[in-house]
Formats: sequence, C-alpha cells, structure tokens
Amino acid sequence: MTIDMSQFYQVFFDEADELLAEMEKLLLALDVNAPDSEDLNAIFRAAHSIKGGAATFAFNDITEVTHMLESLLDRIRKGEMALTPEHVDAFLVAKDVLTMQMDGHHHGSSVDQDAVDSVCQRLKALSQGIVADAPAAAAPVSAAAEAVAAPVADADGNYRFRIELPEVPQKDIDALAAELGLLGTITQETLADKHAVFMLTTSESQDTIVAICSFVLDPDDLKITYGGAPAAPQAVGAAVSPPAEDPGYGIFEPEKAPSAAPQAAPPAADQAAASAAPAGEAKNWGRRATDKEGGSQESSSIRVGVEKVDQLINLVGELVITQAMIEQRIAALDPLHHERLLNSASQLARNTRDLQEAVMSIRMMPMDYVFSRFPRMVRDLAGKLGKKVEFVTRGAATELDKGLIERIVDPLTHLVRNSVDHGIELPEKRRDSGKSETGKLILSAAHQGGNIVIEVSDDGGGLNRDRILAKAKQQGLPVSDSMPDSDVWQLIFAPGFSTAEVVTDVSGRGVGMDVVKRNITAMGGTVDIRSTPGSGTTIAISLPLTLAILDGMSVKVGEEIYILPLGYVIESLQPAAVDVKEVAGQGKVVKVREEYLPLIPLYQIFAIEPRFEDPSQGIIVILETDGKKAALLVDSLVGQQQVVVKNLESNFRKVAGISGATILGDGGVSLILDVSALLRSSRQLNADPVFF
Amino acid sequence: MSYTTQTQTLTEAAGEGAGNEFLAFTLGREEYGIDILRVQEIRGYEPVTRIANSPDFIKGVVNLRGTIVPIVDMRIKFNLGTPTYDQFTVVIILNIAGRVVGMVVDSVSDVMTLTPEHVKPAPEIGTAFDTDYLIGLGTLGERMLILVDIDKLMSSAEMGLIEKMAA
Repeated sequence: MTIDMSQFYQVFFDEADELLAEMEKLLLALDVNAPDSEDLNAIFRAAHSIKGGAATFAFNDITEVTHMLESLLDRIRKGEMALTPEHVDAFLVAKDVLTMQMDGHHHGSSVDQDAVDSVCQRLKALSQGIVADAPAAAAPVSAAAEAVAAPVADADGNYRFRIELPEVPQKDIDALAAELGLLGTITQETLADKHAVFMLTTSESQDTIVAICSFVLDPDDLKITYGGAPAAPQAVGAAVSPPAEDPGYGIFEPEKAPSAAPQAAPPAADQAAASAAPAGEAKNWGRRATDKEGGSQESSSIRVGVEKVDQLINLVGELVITQAMIEQRIAALDPLHHERLLNSASQLARNTRDLQEAVMSIRMMPMDYVFSRFPRMVRDLAGKLGKKVEFVTRGAATELDKGLIERIVDPLTHLVRNSVDHGIELPEKRRDSGKSETGKLILSAAHQGGNIVIEVSDDGGGLNRDRILAKAKQQGLPVSDSMPDSDVWQLIFAPGFSTAEVVTDVSGRGVGMDVVKRNITAMGGTVDIRSTPGSGTTIAISLPLTLAILDGMSVKVGEEIYILPLGYVIESLQPAAVDVKEVAGQGKVVKVREEYLPLIPLYQIFAIEPRFEDPSQGIIVILETDGKKAALLVDSLVGQQQVVVKNLESNFRKVAGISGATILGDGGVSLILDVSALLRSSRQLNADPVFF
Repeated sequence: MSYTTQTQTLTEAAGEGAGNEFLAFTLGREEYGIDILRVQEIRGYEPVTRIANSPDFIKGVVNLRGTIVPIVDMRIKFNLGTPTYDQFTVVIILNIAGRVVGMVVDSVSDVMTLTPEHVKPAPEIGTAFDTDYLIGLGTLGERMLILVDIDKLMSSAEMGLIEKMAA
C-alpha cells in the first residue's frame, strides 16, 4: 500500500503558499489589544493545515515549526494567553522561516538552520513564559497543552503513541499494523471490548498516523494518545477541549467520508472554528476540511500566458469590428422582409459587446495585488528604525493593467522604503515638533482622467530645500538658489543623489530614486513631488494607460473624430454669440455660468479645416483638469463609448496633444486627446498656433 | 504581440556571400529593393487617421488587426511620382526592430535573389535617397535595383518615426 506522494507535492506547496500569505495578512491586520477570535481561529487553521500537509509529506522540519506555532496559537485563541506584540512578531518570523523551509523543499534553496532554531526557541519561550506566569488559572488546560507540546520536546525525537482503533475487520487491523510498523516499532493488543490498540514508537507525528489510518477507517473513530498511558486514555481532542468527553461526534456525524464530500467540508470547518471548543477529532476534521477548501480555491483560477490574453483581446477587437460592419450592411435591408436576420444581428451585437467586456476584464487587476505586500514591509522597516508608522492604503480596488501592475512594484517599494526611512521622523522628533508620535504613510491609487495616479504620501519632515541645493552644488549639478521648489525636488532623481545624513541598510546610498524615475519614465509615466517642510512629502506617479479601457466621448472636427476621456468632461453646450469674447493677445474666452473660460479651438491646434469656426455654431465641451477649466471647441458630438486605449508610441512616436489611439467600430483609428496637455497649451496658443 | 528581430544586418549578410532576397518595388520610375525579411506583409491602401502637425509624408495611422501602425508615403518623402491613392496603391508593412511601419509605394513587382557579385557600391549621386541609406545597386540582367537599408532609413531622425533612437 505504498503511494507515491511526490505527485501531490505541488498541490501542497501551492496550498501552503496561499495559507502562509493568508496567515501573514491576518497577522498584520490583527489588533493586539482586541484580537478578533475569528481571525485567530483563521490563523490557527492556516498553521494547522500546513502542519497536516507537511506531516503527510514527511517534511518534518516544517511540521515541527508549525506545531509549536499551532500550540501557541491554540492557547491564545482560547484566551489562555493574552496576545502581545511579541507574539505577533514571533509569528511573523515563524511565517518567514516556514516560507524559507518551504522553498527549501520545493526549489532546493538553502535553509538557514539557525533561523529555524531561533524561531523555535522563541516560540517555545513564549509559550512557556506565559504558562509560568499564570499557572493557576490555566492549570488544567496547560497540562493538556503540554501534552500536545510534549512530543516536540522529546529529546530522542521518538514519540510514543497509543492508538485505539474502533471495531474493524481483523484484516484491516493487520494491514494497518503492517503499514504503521514502517514508521517505527509497533505492538498490538486487544482490549476487552474487542477494540485493537497499537502502541507505536515513531519519529513521525500524529497526523501521519491519522493520515495512514484514514485509508482504512474513519479518523473520527480513532483515538490517539501520547505516551500510551492506558490508565488515563486522554484523546488528543482533550488537549483542545478537556471537558468534551465524546468530542466532535455530534457536529461531524453526517460527514463520514472525507474524500467523498469535499464540497460539504468547508462549512464544517467554519463551524468547527466558530464553536468555542472544537473537539480533537473535529480538529482533524477541520484540517481536512480546510485542506479541501484550499484545494477548491486552487482550481478556481488558472494561469495563462499574457500573450494568449492579448491575442484574445485583439481577436475580440476584430470580431467587434466585423460585427459593426455587418450591422452597417444590414441597416439598409427592409426590416419587414428580413426581420429574423435583423433580430439575430442585434443579438449578435449584444453578445459581442458582452464578450468584449468580459475579455477586457481579464487583464485588469486590482492595485491590491501590489499594495498588499507593503504593510509587512512598512511594519518591519519601522520596527528596525524605531519609528512608529501607521500605514494606510486607499483605492486598492483601482484596476490597472497587469503588465503595469507588475512593473510598478519595484519603484513603489523604493518610494515606500524612502518614506519610512527619510520621510517619517523618529517618535521623539515628531513629538518635539508637535505631531503625533505615529507617522502616517498613505499609499493611494486613483484613476484621474486617462491616467492612473499612485501616490506615496507621508506626514514626515518634508524635503529639505537647502540641503538638496547644497548637495547638488557639491555634486556639480547646474542649480541656482532661485530655482522653483518643483525643480529642486526633481534633483533627488539625479543618479547618486542622497541627502540622508546616515547611510543605512534601508536607504541613503543614493541608488534608488534615479532607478525609480527611470523605470517610471520607461513606462511612459511621470513622477511629481509635492513637499512642505515639516508636514510631509507626497510623491505622485502618474501612469498613462496602455491597455486600460476608457470611457470616452467622441467628438468631430472637420472629418476627424477624436476621443475625449469622459473623466475630464464636465458638460457640453452651444454658447450664445454674446458669451464669446475676444481678449486682446489672449485669444477667446467664453462665458459659461458666470465664469470666463479660455476657448481652445481644436481645429486650430490640429490644423484641421472645421465645419464651424464660430463657437456659437459649433459645440464647446467644458473640460477640467488639475482644477483648471477650459472650453474646447469642436464641430459636433458623436457619442459616448468605451474604448480600448492603444499605445501610439509602440510603433510611432509621441504626438503632442494625443495620449493614445483607439479603434472605432468601423475599423478606423481614432486618436485620444491628451486633455491636460491641451489645457496647458491653451495659454501659449496665441503666441504659437502650433503648440508644441 | 512579439516579433522576432533579426539582428543580422544586410551589409553583413551581403559580405558573407550568401544570396539575399530583395522585394522590388517602384517609386516613380525608379525600382528599389529592400530586404524581404523586413517585410511583414503587403496590403492595399486604406483610409488613414491623420496625425495633426506631422510632416506631409506621414499619412497617419491605420488599424492593422488591432495594432496602430503609422503609414509613410515614400513618394512624398522623396518627391518621386505623384501620390495618388486608388485600389492599386500598395502599402508594404515593414517590421523593423519590433516596430511595425507601413510604407506607401507605387507598386510592388517581385522578389529578386541577389548574390554579393550582383551588388555594386552606390554612386555618390543619382538617387533621391541619401547614400547613407543605400546598400548599393543590385543588377540582374537588364534590371537595376536601388537597394535601400530600410532599417537605417526608417529609424533615422529624418523620418521622425521613432522618438529616441536606441543607442
């Protein structure tokens, strides 16, 4: 009955990775003063599931660490021990060690045994320390808990188990005895009530035994005890819930075949977690159930190459265009004679649109994918630097193209690290300057018109203008004291530029900011810095859309159709002739709701022959960006539609006033207007009609 | 979409003595040739979307199966022939260093295989092209092709198709 376990390794690693990530997320979210019991249970379940899996595959080192983690967690979640920041720290370290061990098994990377030992010591110390502190209160339970912990402390590495079997056929008992005999030395006896009992001395964990037995019988009916003292047959379950004499049977009775009912299992796991005293057998059940749950998550997503998705998107684009062509052709048909054809065609149109939307959404991922890795980093960094930092993320649901999301990780990491190291001051200094000791670091993402703006913002000391200037002079950069702030801030992106007083292992070597800038520029984005001495720095990364989907308004000038990102559009109207005024040397302004807005004639900027030169005959579209408004003169509005932003630069160069291109329903190309650039240009328009 | 780029340059290939295949096309009354490996496809001319404030010879951009491709008219760029656009106008879609560019020419004739012996150095005068962009003159029987180093030409600052040339 030997099964090749290696075929399941990958499943275990994937599942364990997920569980570890989940555990870290929960740990970081945990409020030390008032931990949510549901969260604690979830962390416990994660640790337990990993332990179970590791034991099944005989990764004993992982089992050992998770076991200690689990025992400690178990006591905390039952309220025998108060949660302290030290615990959370220790758990996080343990998580890292587990990740390392997992990699060791998975990829054969090296495992730092010292770190493993030290985390074991730490966990052990924590669990013992508290027991010593509160022996009276926790006496009955801690004894039980020690029963769980005892085997680990065993010096020779062998544990002695007493395994009491339910009533099963003799041949199954023999088979089990043979199988368990492979684990260590086994003796067999039969009790008065015909139940067979094994005494097994082995270095394997209890879970291994349960796993083996579960091939033959239901683990629910199994009683395994450490030490094999038949006088006090204490089920393992007793370690978890001493009072429950016949634990778990009630709750889990309906589920007798774990492998046969995986779908039903997860609720059972939740139930187990929710009940204050999950029984020992229930605990095993719970683990199995959670395993299954992890398994089903695994199969609910697939990994697909990005090229395949891109190809799909292009093909769907073609389909949409073809569909639009069919629609145009049949529009000329007599609706009476071709009613059914027309009906089918309109159904095709609907389906195509749905398909396109669905396909588009494949590439989009929430920013959370990036943001979620920072809380841990900030926490560790702040701890290392002795700073107090509150980390807030906003707009984590903002969706961004996957390609961009992956490339933004490194620059953002640099910026967040910089903010913690240079931006936020030490608690004493913050207190002295009248701020709260805890610094605030905000990471936010938002769609702003056609761009995605990601901001890293701290309420720290701000940039020091004088020091940056002094440093720049020292490095021989061309600077002057009268430079505007915004230019001064850009200096920190110069290669090798760092004004940090002390070079730490976190940052300060001056490599980083130039790389950040270079990476972002390579993505076609810009970096802006806003900084106020004493009250903080905000670094804003603005990324253009490559494959983002844009809600656009199509406008017509002459024969050309342009797309305006809808986010910038406030309203559109036809002004009365009296509202349009000429300002000497400043071009025209138009009065809209008691406000004079500069008029930007699109035909003039793009040198197009328009249908209407007179604003009162055409349509003006009021646009707003960066708090400034302007009126764009076009011939007519065509409609509103969602467009796929295509990059113009991939085969061509950047065109002033144009942020991208898109493909219209008829297969033609339409250009997307860069509204910010248009508005910026509006002032220089008269001086120079060709505005770039 | 990814394209494989052939790094080997024409001149190198010619120097190695291997036969090269060239796509022959006409501009006005002259016959030109470009490395066939740079040609992605040949299509008819279709209406373009004009790009404001760009030089005349950049006609605009078209949608090539989901990719935005700029179209340049070589006849305007080099003052050869009259730029007419009808159902016979031909666009050669080139793939140069991963970038896709369309080139309008008067007509495309055939593919010629030229060995290095057939290629003579380009004269200093006599063509609309700067000799920098020429590989040489390919002669085969009665015909003479002006062989253009299309990579160099299309990525030149003069064409203005690529913003910053990779160093």
